[in-house]
Amino acid sequence: MDLELMINSLPKLLNAAVITLKLLSVSLIIGLFIGLFFAILRLNKNIFINRFAYGYSYVFRGTPLLVQIFIIYFGLGQIEYLRSTVLWVILKEPYWCAIIAFALNTGAYTSEILRSAFQTIKPGIIEAGKSLGISNKVIFYKIQIPIAIRQSLPAYGNEIILMMKGTSLASTVTIMDLTGVAKYIISTTFKPIEVFIVAGGIYLFMTFIIHNVIKFLEKKYSFN
Amino acid sequence: MMNIFKKTIFSVLFSLLIIGNVNADKIKIGTEGAYPPWNSKDASGKLIGFEVELAYTLCRYIGQQCEIVEQDWDGMIPALIMRKFDAIMAGMSITAERQKAISFSQGYADEVASLAVMKGSDLEGMDTPEGINLTLGGSGVKKTLKTLTGALAGKTVCTQTATIHQNFLESGDVGKINLRTYKTQDEVNLDLASGRCDVALAAAVAFTDYAEKSGKPVVLVGPTFSGGAFGNGVGVGIRKDDTELLKAFNKAIEKARKNGDISRIATKWFGFDASM
Repeated sequence: MDLELMINSLPKLLNAAVITLKLLSVSLIIGLFIGLFFAILRLNKNIFINRFAYGYSYVFRGTPLLVQIFIIYFGLGQIEYLRSTVLWVILKEPYWCAIIAFALNTGAYTSEILRSAFQTIKPGIIEAGKSLGISNKVIFYKIQIPIAIRQSLPAYGNEIILMMKGTSLASTVTIMDLTGVAKYIISTTFKPIEVFIVAGGIYLFMTFIIHNVIKFLEKKYSFN
Repeated sequence: MMNIFKKTIFSVLFSLLIIGNVNADKIKIGTEGAYPPWNSKDASGKLIGFEVELAYTLCRYIGQQCEIVEQDWDGMIPALIMRKFDAIMAGMSITAERQKAISFSQGYADEVASLAVMKGSDLEGMDTPEGINLTLGGSGVKKTLKTLTGALAGKTVCTQTATIHQNFLESGDVGKINLRTYKTQDEVNLDLASGRCDVALAAAVAFTDYAEKSGKPVVLVGPTFSGGAFGNGVGVGIRKDDTELLKAFNKAIEKARKNGDISRIATKWFGFDASM
């Protein structure tokens, strides 16, 4: 064990962890909106809208995240027509390709989590709102969404942790995130065990923080 | 019932023992299989290339059976150290940095590195000599590096990770550039063609091979590079404590060179004699 290498690589890896957190937070925020949008579509009675939303979540939950990144990064980069459009400004950058893949992936899972949360809301609660003369819109935003979010907290916490670990795939498209920098250090020192232990420790620490924040929120918004 | 169970376990263990012994006599050689013409794979997934053919030739001279195994480039040296295989033949240049971790046989081949761009790039027609040797140095080399520093400023330069090419680009010889590193040379080629990379650096032959096979208008620009960060030719990488195997490979390379095997195989795969 090369303890000196472990200590020396810690600051570099912590710096890289900031990139990882950036990737995670940006894709989670975009993914949450995508997820909410598709969850609402899933609740729609129109069969085409419903099937469309189901198809999206089916495709993105049914294929590996790595494949999704490669299709968006290397695949779309091969289409000559696309390179002449304004879209290329975004798709040219590895960072945005990764964000798009992560957001679409987490959006698919989030839509499923939110859909099931909406469906567990007891009809009585909505009827109570109606009997008080509250409009459908207000019931949706002030009653259904808050309850659904509370219901989905435990599952969504899991999704955040899974996504956090998923961001390590950003290193496959040249992004120097935590895993990318760890691999870079290994490529010059040839000592994978030491460096990956430190990198793994940082991932574990981030999981610990996320886990506790979710637990705190669960308690704070507990129904009891 | 118990008896059958015992017998099964015994025979499985016994066969494992035999398999283990057979493998112990074979020299395992690690290669990347993604760096043509040095080493690559054919359509059926079989490893082919200059080093694959050379490896079997060298093993014949050593008088031992060989098995060639595939390993991702960025984990090549760690995998050797962790005994996943006994030798590296993967277009790996002999550099001082790598020699801190492993030993190298004498070089068996060498070829120059070059920058490449897509046709129509403003880097075409750079005013530089045909080739520079960084070990020799001198005013000519300095002037060329200065020209390159100016030309590469603000450009996205792409290369494979953990290579001599990355070492050179990070050495500061061409100033501060926007460097992007990829896991394989294939991915570098793809992003050069897509326009994500303004310019790429690799073995010159890696680009000409790609241009020929893909039909993409990839052109070499600037000088060819050798010496300095580019190392002293390509050799067989071997664990430091494996001195017997190192000796055996050195002897085999000498014999193969004398008999003209290396230059024959090199000419077949490179189109020119890259042996040394």
